[in-house]
Amino acid sequence: MSRLQVVSGKGGTGKTTVAAALALALATEGKRTLLVEVEGRQGIAQLFETEALPYEERKIAVAPGGGEVYALAIDPELALLDYLQMFYKLGGAGRALKKLGAIDFATTIAPGLRDVLLTGKACEAVRRKDRSGRFAYDYVVMDAPPTGRITRFLNVNDEVAGLAKIGPIHNQAQAVMRVLKSPETAVHLVTLLEEMPVQETADGIAELRAARLPVGRVIVNMVRPEVLDAADLELVRTVERSSVAQALSAAGLGGARRGGNAEKLVDPLLDQAAEYAERYALEQEQRTVLGELDLPLHELPLLAEGMDLAGLYELATELRKQGLS
Amino acid sequence: MSADPAEAQNAAPHQDAARPRLSPARVLDVDPLLDDPKTRIVVCCGAGGVGKTTTAAALGLRAAERGRKVVVLTIDPAKRLAQSMGIDSLDNVPRRVKGTEGDGELHAMMLDMKRTFDEVVEAHADRERAAAILANPFYQSLSAGFAGTQEYMAMEKLGQLRAKDEWDLIVVDTPPSRSALDFLDAPKRLGSFLDGRLIRLLTAPAKLGGRAGMAFLNVGMSMMTGTLGKLLGGQLLKDVQTFVAAMDTTFGGFRTRADATYKLLQAPGTAFLVVAAPERDALREAAYFVERLAAEDMPLMGLVLNRVHGSGAGRLSAERALAAAENLEDPRIVDQGDGKAGLRNSPDTYGSSGTHAAEEPARPATETAAQPTAETTAEAEAPSAAETAATASAEGSPADTERSVDRLTAGLLRLHADRMQLLSREQRTRGRFTARHPEVAVVEVPALPGDVHDLVGLRDIGDRLAAGRPEHT
Ligand SMILES: Nc1ncnc2c1ncn2[C@@H]1O[C@H](COP(=O)(O)OP(=O)(O)OP(=O)(O)O)[C@@H](O)[C@H]1O
Ligand SMILES: Nc1ncnc2c1ncn2[C@@H]1O[C@H](COP(=O)(O)OP(=O)(O)OP(=O)(O)O)[C@@H](O)[C@H]1O
Ligand SMILES: [Mg+2]
Ligand SMILES: [Mg+2]
Repeated sequence: MSRLQVVSGKGGTGKTTVAAALALALATEGKRTLLVEVEGRQGIAQLFETEALPYEERKIAVAPGGGEVYALAIDPELALLDYLQMFYKLGGAGRALKKLGAIDFATTIAPGLRDVLLTGKACEAVRRKDRSGRFAYDYVVMDAPPTGRITRFLNVNDEVAGLAKIGPIHNQAQAVMRVLKSPETAVHLVTLLEEMPVQETADGIAELRAARLPVGRVIVNMVRPEVLDAADLELVRTVERSSVAQALSAAGLGGARRGGNAEKLVDPLLDQAAEYAERYALEQEQRTVLGELDLPLHELPLLAEGMDLAGLYELATELRKQGLS
Repeated sequence: MSADPAEAQNAAPHQDAARPRLSPARVLDVDPLLDDPKTRIVVCCGAGGVGKTTTAAALGLRAAERGRKVVVLTIDPAKRLAQSMGIDSLDNVPRRVKGTEGDGELHAMMLDMKRTFDEVVEAHADRERAAAILANPFYQSLSAGFAGTQEYMAMEKLGQLRAKDEWDLIVVDTPPSRSALDFLDAPKRLGSFLDGRLIRLLTAPAKLGGRAGMAFLNVGMSMMTGTLGKLLGGQLLKDVQTFVAAMDTTFGGFRTRADATYKLLQAPGTAFLVVAAPERDALREAAYFVERLAAEDMPLMGLVLNRVHGSGAGRLSAERALAAAENLEDPRIVDQGDGKAGLRNSPDTYGSSGTHAAEEPARPATETAAQPTAETTAEAEAPSAAETAATASAEGSPADTERSVDRLTAGLLRLHADRMQLLSREQRTRGRFTARHPEVAVVEVPALPGDVHDLVGLRDIGDRLAAGRPEHT
């Protein structure tokens, strides 16, 4: 199991949710994981119902069996300052730079620099060891940028080539790439059973592969329960209205003859089934497309009552059951 | 057995959820606004993926078919929609949309942000200088998609369209972004950044050095440019400097320009329409946006609640549907029904056709399950001979068929229960928004089973946007 697990996917498909569930799942049985946020949106804090995370590793959850989940929201500005301190010993000048807005300026006009800093920090956490030589974290899970940007984001080497050809930034980028392109890393993609996200997933995988970044698994999120199966849907098309009316009546929903309460339910219920059938067909189509990607596929259920902490643990358990940790 | 207590218990709590369309505090009617010649700009805002582009196109079509000359500025429309409107070629000018009805005209375009930026440069600089700017590497990365460029250019294009004064009405879609507020804030942010103190300092250290007291700053600057140069590569910094200097002399400041288009949004004749899905995050986002508009004195037309679910069987609550499904799945009951068609009918407590919603026979689930079916069907009417024959003639033995129909019917009921639960969740979410903003007029657009990708679909959405109910049904 790779020690750096990167979670990407189309916007809104559940990257943050899946990354958090994965961090919990991987922490089960006494392991320690770090959940890393790079987009500065405090999505993790929101999900775990805690106050905004500082730029500091912090324990946010305990996993079943005693494991621990730490979280870190990486602030590129502060990461850059850290970095400058480390290599240039800037002292007070660093603060002046920050005050002038130079740090913000630098990360803004050179988005590649931001990516170097963010991935660099995550890789540092992957490699970090404590005094006894053990890894500080068993796993690092990254809530990464969306599919459209993930390859560029992880491919910091290319980005940095335009920035620094030698020197510490260059060296750091090299070190980062060694981790990112190794089996130490796996990039997972979250999708929904809809055309656009599935298409984006396929495109994203092609890009990642072209850049020789290690693609992990495809996680289909928010999968609706199968209420009617293919046989039911076949029957929906041929069934006599009157026998459905009788079944409804037998279930205690009123009269089955024309105008009876049970009879009046038949059309709307069959309409809903037809809508369901339409969606079912679309979803099956997307499943087929995903199947052709030749990657391990996992499905997470749609939590009908919306997300909360309990739901997150539920998803984590599901991931464990499916062998993701 | 008395149906009455159960009935009362059943009818009350679910009545609201059962209504396919939730009754709003204030219903938004878009037609008077679209028809009003004083309405010149309608901006469709909202969080990502909620239906901004669809709503903008549907409103444009509706206004055109009601006689106005309309242009719709779309941003990143879905491919099929763009094709069906004939705007899939990227030439950055409005095209007349074919196939509209009535006397009005619909024109549409999709925004090409790079091209829009290039046009701005070309319009403001002589050819030589323009060429230099367009070739500048920093300009190229800026125009190809810097944070905020798309919003900045959407506003720019809106300004251009408005200046032409060729259309009665401009409907504007906004870029996909997480937050609806980005449309208002991103151009200013970008403008301030490009016009910012730091860029000024970087581009004109010589000027500063001349002034007394600035010497210290100048030393700081050169150290800083040195550090930044090391970090970013000296060339990038030089590109930025050249770019800013060149733009400055021709363009008159990014911030000024962003401010000017922003004013357009505050001008009379501009109205905002907030689009949201009936989900927690989307409606929270919508609430922020509504509050912001109020703070900026920008007029809000109302809220479009898009993709709302309904049910034709709204009177059957989720709980009853589930209980009934369990009845059908309970083999004991199915066995009893086996082959005895006469038993497969339960009474309509109050007779047949004239029955009202509240008069549905209401037996709580537990009770039903506990009682033998025969008892409740004692006064059942016999099904017509034709119905019985139809059931029996289906494939397999009558008992098998019946069992699979029961299974199917149980599935239909579970599906319905899911739908009703979704409906009441949506209603609760909406209720929270209305409680916070009772002043906002709302219109609900139902979730259509398929995508909206042609004029017929847009017309349908348009009909539903007008007072929230379909006209042509
Ligand atoms: N399995 C699920 N069941 C129900 N709701 C879910 C599920 N997964 C995610 N959600 C909800 O969907 C929404 C989007 O999820 P999330 O924020 O994780 O997506 P994201 O991909 O990180 O989004 P963004 O691109 O904005 O960062 C959230 O409201 C979340 O609570
Ligand atoms: N009422 C509706 N019923 C069914 N489908 C709809 C409805 N409204 C929109 N859609 C579909 O939902 C998808 C997203 O809609 P649209 O592109 O308008 O959203 P958007 O807010 O512009 O998204 P983005 O933020 O990505 O620009 C499209 O495929 C569209 O056809
Ligand atoms: Mg997220
Ligand atoms: Mg759009």
